[in-house]
Amino acid sequence: MKAKLTDKIATFLIVVLSLLIVAVLVGLIGFILVRGLSHINWSFLTSVPQTIRAGGGIGPQLFNSLFLLVLTLIITIPLGLGAGIYMAEYAKPGKITGTIRLVVEVLSSFPSIVVGLFGLLLIVNTFGFGFSLFSGALVLTIFNLPLMVRITEQAFRSVPKEQKEAGLALGLTKWKIISSVLFPVALPSIVTGTVLAAGRVFGEAAALLFTAGMSTPRLDFTNWNPLSPTSPINPFRPAETLAVHIWKINSEGLAPDAAQIAAGASAVLVILVLLFNLFARWLGGVLYRAMTASKRMG
Amino acid sequence: MQTTSFRTEHLSVFYGQYEAVKNISLNFPEQSVTALIGPSGCGKSTFLRSLNRMNDEISQAKIKGRIWIEGEDINDPSTDVIQLRQKIGMVWQKPNPFYKSIYENIAFGPKYHGVKQKKQLDEIVESSLRKAALWDEVKDRLKQSALSLSGGQQQRLCIARALSVKPRILLLDEPASALDPVSSSKVEELIVELKKELSIVIVTHNMQQAARISDYTAYFYLGTLMEHNETEIIFTNPENAMTQEYISGRFG
Repeated sequence: MKAKLTDKIATFLIVVLSLLIVAVLVGLIGFILVRGLSHINWSFLTSVPQTIRAGGGIGPQLFNSLFLLVLTLIITIPLGLGAGIYMAEYAKPGKITGTIRLVVEVLSSFPSIVVGLFGLLLIVNTFGFGFSLFSGALVLTIFNLPLMVRITEQAFRSVPKEQKEAGLALGLTKWKIISSVLFPVALPSIVTGTVLAAGRVFGEAAALLFTAGMSTPRLDFTNWNPLSPTSPINPFRPAETLAVHIWKINSEGLAPDAAQIAAGASAVLVILVLLFNLFARWLGGVLYRAMTASKRMG
Repeated sequence: MQTTSFRTEHLSVFYGQYEAVKNISLNFPEQSVTALIGPSGCGKSTFLRSLNRMNDEISQAKIKGRIWIEGEDINDPSTDVIQLRQKIGMVWQKPNPFYKSIYENIAFGPKYHGVKQKKQLDEIVESSLRKAALWDEVKDRLKQSALSLSGGQQQRLCIARALSVKPRILLLDEPASALDPVSSSKVEELIVELKKELSIVIVTHNMQQAARISDYTAYFYLGTLMEHNETEIIFTNPENAMTQEYISGRFG
């Protein structure tokens, strides 16, 4: 009787706790959306911000966030995949592997402001990349790499070893097995890792203050020469992202509608994260189906 | 048919200091099934895995002695392990189809080894599946995931996959022990059919199965080969008293 009662209480507690978490999340997102949605319209999304007048938009910041995401993923995904595959398939257990793993874990627990200052000293000043998207992407890579490496490693390790043996017995090389047999099976987890990394890119502000900068030059969206300073796709120009912009107008905004702009920008940011999440899962699903002939992602 | 001479010569396998297989010389005649039997931990699976150098993957494993396939010492540094493994197919206890379509599971190996034409690949897929007695069941759903098949079908698919690169030897590690009785007997029939073209080495815990399908039986105990003879003799009149006890179920 006592065991049954305990079981009931435990079940009740677990349900209540999960509901609480869901309620907090829904409440938070709801609050942000309700406050911000009314402010979102096409001109808000596309026009440039105003310093002291009302009616400014977040166009460049929105573009910067997306572009920074692309840049960061271009750097993070190959490095993370490479290192993760190395750790899972090539590294022999020992001192070196242990050290790499320790470094990776320490890296992931660094405070972002410290990494930002490190980026300022090394990437922005010493290497001379200045306040730029590229510097920002490198710093974000420092955050995202540990996550990407660990998730890739675990994804590959969790593929049944019989899959590998089957490949070996057919006379496939190790690389062929990794790229064609193991990778498709590991893909869903890797997509999850990428989504988490992307969330960090959208949300990070502290580290970007010192690396990508707090301003955006006047951009000419008809200029697609990546080397021109007014081109939106020049990776070596400063760029204020949406998250940084929200921080800035909240702390030092002079425009009379600063509060509404911050609310609207926050809602856009939340929607952006949500959209990217859905997009990445959709893309991962398409790739997974194409590679494995199965109906849905495992 | 090309002659396949396949034998081991004083083969020992070590895991670190531990000698899992001790000085075994065995000959696997062509077009016949050799069953490896013995209690768990007797080294028969380790022995089987060394025949296509699967133990390469285990960094602790060391080989002494020789394994000859068609006059080639497979552990010689000059041996190309990729080519070697094409000659030797392997199927495990647990079906392990790739996470790919039924068609891709079969076509994958040949494609990798240089078969490019679609027509030729189609032929290989069909003939491999026919040899594995699976064609009629899957010919209308080749594009579907191999994981949608039942366990027994998956196992036959794995056999078909092993056949796709035209091996001359097939190693089977308890291929029917995880299957239901109907699937299991299908796999047994298949083995008897396949030995017309290949040499087959099978590890099994099922004495009736060994008796039904094998021509030769080798009894392993604690890493040593206790007895090796024609299956009929092993099962009716073994020389070794321990073999007698093991096959009659009084030991092991």
